[in-house]
Amino acid sequence: MSSPDRSSPDGASSGGRLLRYVDALCEAFAQEMRRDDSVFLFGLDVDDHKAIQGSTRGLLAEFGAERVFTTPLSEDAMTGVAIGAAMAGMRPIHTHIRMDFLLLCMNQLVNIAAKAHYMYGGAVKVPLVVRSMIGKSWGQGAQHSQALHSMFMHVPGLKVVAPSNAHDAKGCMIAAVRDDNPVIVMEHRLLYPTEAEVPEAPYEVKPGKARIVAPGDDVTVVGISNMVLECLRARELLAEVGISAEVIDPIWLSPLDIDTIARSAARTGRLLVADNGWTACGAGAEIVAQVLERTGDARIAVRRIGFEPTTCPPSPPLEARFYPNPGTVASTVHAMLRPAAAPWQPDPERTRLAHQIQFRGPF
Amino acid sequence: MHVKEPANDLVARLYRQLRLIRTLEEEVARVYPTDRIKSPVHLSIGQEFVSVAVCDVLRPDDHVSITYRGHAAYIAKGGDLDAMVAEMYGKAAGCAGGRGGSMHLVDMAAGVIGASAVVGTSIPVATGFALAARRRAGGSVVVCFLGDGATEEGCFAESLNFAALHRLPILFVCENNGYAIHEPLAKRWATDRLVERVATYGIPAQRIDSGDLFELRERAAEAVAAMRDGGGPAFLEVTCYRWYEHVGPNRDYDQGYRPESELAPWAETDQVARLAALLPAGERERIDAEVDRRVAAAFAFAEESPFPDPEELHDHVFA
Repeated sequence: MSSPDRSSPDGASSGGRLLRYVDALCEAFAQEMRRDDSVFLFGLDVDDHKAIQGSTRGLLAEFGAERVFTTPLSEDAMTGVAIGAAMAGMRPIHTHIRMDFLLLCMNQLVNIAAKAHYMYGGAVKVPLVVRSMIGKSWGQGAQHSQALHSMFMHVPGLKVVAPSNAHDAKGCMIAAVRDDNPVIVMEHRLLYPTEAEVPEAPYEVKPGKARIVAPGDDVTVVGISNMVLECLRARELLAEVGISAEVIDPIWLSPLDIDTIARSAARTGRLLVADNGWTACGAGAEIVAQVLERTGDARIAVRRIGFEPTTCPPSPPLEARFYPNPGTVASTVHAMLRPAAAPWQPDPERTRLAHQIQFRGPF
Repeated sequence: MHVKEPANDLVARLYRQLRLIRTLEEEVARVYPTDRIKSPVHLSIGQEFVSVAVCDVLRPDDHVSITYRGHAAYIAKGGDLDAMVAEMYGKAAGCAGGRGGSMHLVDMAAGVIGASAVVGTSIPVATGFALAARRRAGGSVVVCFLGDGATEEGCFAESLNFAALHRLPILFVCENNGYAIHEPLAKRWATDRLVERVATYGIPAQRIDSGDLFELRERAAEAVAAMRDGGGPAFLEVTCYRWYEHVGPNRDYDQGYRPESELAPWAETDQVARLAALLPAGERERIDAEVDRRVAAAFAFAEESPFPDPEELHDHVFA
């Protein structure tokens, strides 16, 4: 399977090999569990024959049922159990096959995990990893297509990461496991089959550092999670009409590397954030606000795009309209740069979502 | 009841703990109207015997999870008294550095793993400590104190199921004082057959409604001993009574939601007075004097301790 970005985000010197996102995650778990006996992985279905789409494959055989086990359908209490085990010195990786189930965990995540270190005056730590996957596309519908990262970005004490490629999936996961704080990892089902250069040795993609994925001079485009890939495709379309876009992947949403984004936006004078969530009170709103506060430059033109403000439908033509795509990114940028020109829409055949082109159901 | 006559040194030890908790909380109630304690306090006066009985059978390496009405269990498990009072004053030397207050007492060195103001949330967290304890296989156990209101939360059922499934070394102790804030059991439970509900998870469950500290201590000792041998979780429902208001320093029988006649039988069988009467007068007076000195010292420490530096507001957001 081809990918829009087959090269290592860290450049050519990584000494890795092409690995799928899902296999990079699995490699991260295995390496961290070998390194540290206190790491364990649990969650509904992590030990079944499908192994969370393969992301936990082989772990049960290597590490046993004490360290790789399923749970009752009790997301609230299981989150508390993970928090308690973490406070007691273990390093749990709590896995959810869909992000939507995190809503059942909000009480524990917001009231306990995020606050325990603070409200106990530093006496305890919560080195907890919460894996969650966006189910987006192929008719997943209202309750399996949501991206809820902005809800967690709102809360001090939680870290939030949304790796967009296999290299970062492994490096961010290893960083999350080693972090002494609760980390919400937002994975993306449509990214699971994508490949990138991934080093074999363990490495960390540490919190709080964004990456300029592709340079440009006319506009700064920030993509979140899978939208990084769509923004890169939009960048190609824009190049054909003479517009140079810089694409930035924030990688970690909390803590957020606003300096890298602000520097770029101050230079290009334009900032578009393409989220894979709703825009209201969203990550895009936060990034735009922080950039304007940081630079103090009211001349920077800003725009947000994301999910349409409605519930995600399963019907293909409705679903296609629901998500931003390379065409919506490109035409929005075009309108920012050339407000007097006629609106421009790239060829629709070239604006379909990258992974909708490749992805085939059923899951 | 089949409890043998307690030895004098046991009575002395238990009385000292009871008296310490009672005296400290009475002092909290006395100081509270001065507004020097900057934290909502939920007094356990009348319920102290539950924590004292159960914690007496624990080892230092065992853990207890307490509730926002957790002063008694914090002290009974050996939590630092100076740090406790300083925490209520919001002082830097508080057990949570002034970040927790009365409802979030913690002392990891003593095995007090903290409390939550959101009812029931500490039940699964305590269960997670039990999971870690089982993995370490050192024979240590966790005691999870909870109130009757917490048994209505979903995570209570979820945690019981998980603890039973994995045979975790955790003793759930429900202090059933009959009220959640001001709502009596009759408005919250269709039946009072709590231990039957718990038993269906495969957890041995007993109700102790005698208010007898020694009976409770024996039942707790049996449960903990079985647990250390890999016996899995157990559950004790202990009937008790909250003498003071839900939150604050007053008795609130004038508020109309509960009659003072409910208090009478509990006041008559008050375990602090009962144990005091079991001790020789001289020994009791020696303990009382020591406790009074200790409590006075803790309040003096809190009064004299400095507040945290405002510059430290952002400390401890991340580890």
